[in-house]
Amino acid sequence: MAAVVEVTGLRKEYAMGSDRVYALRGVDLTVQPGEFVAVMGPSGSGKSTFMHLIGLLDTPTEGTYRLEGQEVSHLSTDTRADIRGRRLGFVFQAYNLLPRTSALENVELPMVYAGVSEAERRRLALEKLALVGVPQLAAHHPNQMSGGQQQRVAIARALVNDPGLILADEPTGALDTKSSQDVMRLFARLNDEQGMTIMLVTHEPDVAAYARRIVTFRDGVIIGDAMNDRRAA
Amino acid sequence: MNLAATLRLALAALIRNKTRSMLTMLGIVIGVAAVLVTVAIGVGARTSVQQSINSLGSNLIVVQPGSVTMTGARSGLGGASTLTPDDGLAIAKLPGVAAVSPVASFRTQAVAGDNNWQTSVNGVAPTYTFIRSWPLAAGRFFNENDVASAAKVAVLGQTVVSQLFPNGDSPIGQTIIVKGAPFTVIGTLQALGQSGLGQDQDDTVLIPYTSAMQRLTGLTTVNVLMISAASADEIDPVTARVTALLEQRHRIVPPQTDDFAVRNLQAIAQTASQTGTIMELLLAGVAAVSLIVGGIGIMNIMLVSVTERTREIGLRMAVGARGASILRQFLAESVVLATIGGVIGVAAGGIGTLAVAALTHWPTTIPFEWILASVGFSAMVGIFFGYYPARQAAQLNPIEALRFE
Repeated sequence: MAAVVEVTGLRKEYAMGSDRVYALRGVDLTVQPGEFVAVMGPSGSGKSTFMHLIGLLDTPTEGTYRLEGQEVSHLSTDTRADIRGRRLGFVFQAYNLLPRTSALENVELPMVYAGVSEAERRRLALEKLALVGVPQLAAHHPNQMSGGQQQRVAIARALVNDPGLILADEPTGALDTKSSQDVMRLFARLNDEQGMTIMLVTHEPDVAAYARRIVTFRDGVIIGDAMNDRRAA
Repeated sequence: MNLAATLRLALAALIRNKTRSMLTMLGIVIGVAAVLVTVAIGVGARTSVQQSINSLGSNLIVVQPGSVTMTGARSGLGGASTLTPDDGLAIAKLPGVAAVSPVASFRTQAVAGDNNWQTSVNGVAPTYTFIRSWPLAAGRFFNENDVASAAKVAVLGQTVVSQLFPNGDSPIGQTIIVKGAPFTVIGTLQALGQSGLGQDQDDTVLIPYTSAMQRLTGLTTVNVLMISAASADEIDPVTARVTALLEQRHRIVPPQTDDFAVRNLQAIAQTASQTGTIMELLLAGVAAVSLIVGGIGIMNIMLVSVTERTREIGLRMAVGARGASILRQFLAESVVLATIGGVIGVAAGGIGTLAVAALTHWPTTIPFEWILASVGFSAMVGIFFGYYPARQAAQLNPIEALRFE
């Protein structure tokens, strides 16, 4: 089975005025199916840039990126959008649910762009809401939910197209300790029970402790890559 | 996403901001309503003028005595300074003239049995009904023999019929008394209704002009000569020929001014219609400007909306929306906004038109193609002014859009 993520020599440079900023200076990483990877590092270490490249929100200056065996590092904007919608699931720090829109419709959103029929959308959205433990919130709007509940709906949205990889960018950054634990246990459960491959960016060791593997970035390169022997539960 | 889903999404987004959406479409509503009311007024005024002209007769030219003949000594010296039936007979021989009728009119009391009614008695020639395009309802009209013998025969308008013969008896063969003289009713005219000036045209008794002049008034001159040109193209040449002929007959040499006036209604109508067209163009210009202002209002609000929903756009892109989908979504919103504005504008224009019709009694109508055109134009305003904001949205960088605070 092909690796979910396989990057080699990934570099990303930005022009900032007349200066060039090297956000990534050559990163190699392989993530196998079923892995749960925490990406750690201080601000400016390049971990966010790395996640944007893995999430196909941006293209690298140099290097290769194979997603589930397919070379995806230099695709057109539209093709990247299609792959994002069908094969990747995003979870953000700020949830990013559409306001004044029910949880059900929020979860349906990726399927709208993937061209799934309306009845099928409804069925799958309800199924994923149940999977993340909030089936009772289907008709609720984001402003009627707690932060933890909103993040669960956002996770259901990320799962809905059965992606090969879930990318979570500081998913607990806006949550209190109790909600953080709930959300991380949910990720751990999805990884354990569904075999879901997950990469999550965090700078909190408590959060990273739920992952099976911890990759550490500094100054645009990976300085640490270790299995997590003492997983939190 | 298919079209129906895109439109539904656009509608939902607009409903979320009801007040803002309604205020935004107000510009289009007012623009479209203004266009339609303008068009309706234009069409109504034109129809109204045309109806007045048609009710007076086809290709009509009217000769009236000039005002100079009414005052001062010159008219007395001239001797032939007012219009006579002979003038009419001479005009009838001119090329391009289809028919001529003198009109000698006065107001008097008409009596039939116990009923009497003050009406306008017109002494005319047998050609009068042709000139006025005025068909008979019953009986016959008087002929040249009646004119030659100054026969005491009369043809009644419908108002006179209903006033003098209220019990519904046929007036044909009955006798009416006009200025003490008995006239036999030989025919009735069809109802013509009000003239363009609001006069009841059916309130009239027609008798041979010879009877009127010789038996009733004793005058040798008539009030008006009515001429029918052979065709619309002949109106102007005939007008010139009549002027020349009458100047000759009335021995008018420069610097004397004419003691008569030749008018053709087509010229008056054209002037009226031209004035109307200029007014219409002006109003349509104002209306078009207001539509453009409405479109700029839409563009403004759509730009605000794109900024407000930057994170939503970023998220949609992250979960698989292509730039084209985002473009379509925002374009659909502005088009739906503008089109709904257009439809409401049509309704408002319709109400405005009814109000104008009620005030002016003009036969105002909004041509159906104008309704289609207004709604279509509104949709185009939506596309034109919605494209720039929609493109801004579609070109957002998803990473920056997701970070946008």
